[in-house]
Amino acid sequence: MEFKSHISVQDLSVFYGTEAALRDINVDIPDRRITAIIGPSGCGKSTLLRSFNRLVDSVDGVRVSGRGLVDGEDVFNPRADVTQIRKKMGLLSQRPFPLPMSIYDNVAYGPRIHGIRKKAELDRRVEHYLRQSSLWEEVKDRLHSPASRLSVGQQQRLCLARGLAVEPEIILGDEPTSALDPVSSQRIEQRFLELKQNYTIVIVTHILRQAMRLADYVVFLYLGELIEHGPAEEVFNHPQEIRTREYIKGTIS
Amino acid sequence: MRATRIEEAVFRVLMTISTLAILSALIVILCSVLLKGLPALNLSMITQTPKGGYYLGREGGILNAILGSLYLAGGATVLAIVLSLCVVLYVNVYAHNRSRLAAFTRFSFDVLWGVPSIVYGAFGFTIMVFLGLRTSLLGGIIAVALLILPMMCRAMDEVIRMVPSELYDASYSLGATRLETALTVVVRQALPGILTAVLISFGRGIGDAASVIFTAGFTDSIPYSLLRPAATLPLAIFFQLGTPIPEVQERAYASALILTVIILMICAVSRILTRRYTKHIVK
Repeated sequence: MEFKSHISVQDLSVFYGTEAALRDINVDIPDRRITAIIGPSGCGKSTLLRSFNRLVDSVDGVRVSGRGLVDGEDVFNPRADVTQIRKKMGLLSQRPFPLPMSIYDNVAYGPRIHGIRKKAELDRRVEHYLRQSSLWEEVKDRLHSPASRLSVGQQQRLCLARGLAVEPEIILGDEPTSALDPVSSQRIEQRFLELKQNYTIVIVTHILRQAMRLADYVVFLYLGELIEHGPAEEVFNHPQEIRTREYIKGTIS
Repeated sequence: MRATRIEEAVFRVLMTISTLAILSALIVILCSVLLKGLPALNLSMITQTPKGGYYLGREGGILNAILGSLYLAGGATVLAIVLSLCVVLYVNVYAHNRSRLAAFTRFSFDVLWGVPSIVYGAFGFTIMVFLGLRTSLLGGIIAVALLILPMMCRAMDEVIRMVPSELYDASYSLGATRLETALTVVVRQALPGILTAVLISFGRGIGDAASVIFTAGFTDSIPYSLLRPAATLPLAIFFQLGTPIPEVQERAYASALILTVIILMICAVSRILTRRYTKHIVK
């Protein structure tokens, strides 16, 4: 399978203070595919994901070096326009965090801050993206009730709709199903499989089976270093590195 | 085994006694104000200004002080809200949370909170002299705003610090700027706590006498200009208690009752508003 690259990471290193969380990462994230970042806890999976949309910036004393090209623009450049970068990437976090407002306002929040004021257009987007995250039928009669009253699974789908409403190109998921029950997790996974037609999806997961179910491309990190990356088939069936083999077999975790 | 039981019993008794002491202090204060103030309370107290010889037992009321106090505490609260929201949002959203500036700002709230209110009065007075103001409603507003600022900042800071960092991330990841995040997400999430902070500060501001004695002055007429002196309830109580005439002293208790009722109403309103605005809060 040939992949067209969407995010091209070159020599990325991230330091928290003097400690390196990631060292010399070089990887191309393929366009319109699901990429799974796997590896044991504390190996830098989330840091890698969060450096894409520059959320690592808000950590005290963080230092990032290297280049990350998205559509020819370096997202790690300290002078890049962070809001424009983030607009291109929707994020799903481990636990869903709806904003403290109604369901409607949650989805309309992104479009509003990016300048859409017309009610008709906001209505259209809210309905469209709630449908796309398969939440519309459950909430269409109570769009103006607080988002905090939804169940956790519904909240995660709301967060997906909220991210999509900004019309990004990339969806980042930081263990997006780890707080959900099996049925809700399956729903989210189903959405990802549909959405990869139009979006580049990058998920961090510590569930190997989830990576096997979803991923087209796999990135294996271990203690801040990139050990192996490649098409999912190859990495899972014919891992080249000993540590990848051990991780997939379950001897290290 | 027996030692731990005795320990448990001793501390339980101590805790019960402390709780009862607090409750009874509140009840004693309320009862004495009610018992001494209620007989002297009548409609003219709250609908009239002091007529000639009011402090000698003639007729009139303390409408001047009621309105003066409401204007003064209201103005000071508005001024303090603007300043403390800026300070608290800066410390929590803009300054790195563990930075020295944030730590020093928090430390200074604590120090300022401990400063006696008469010092704020004196400080407000020097500012007024500097600005060329006489004793006036505006001067009082500035002094009381300074007095309640540390308390309001500290109380707002406590609730805004509780806003989970993931909520910031959620807003940032949609491309929101820090300002948009602060004003729409953080303030909304912390709104019940912010309201409580505002209302307890209002309560503190309306009840303080020492900060207004040099700054707002006193007058028998209803305040009609920011640049004129204004009467306040705490000072009205003070002056009435200071007279040798028993009837006027009773009126002081009636005035205290009015002040207490205003503060109780503020507390009740704050409870209702807090409950109303918690529905959007994300836990």
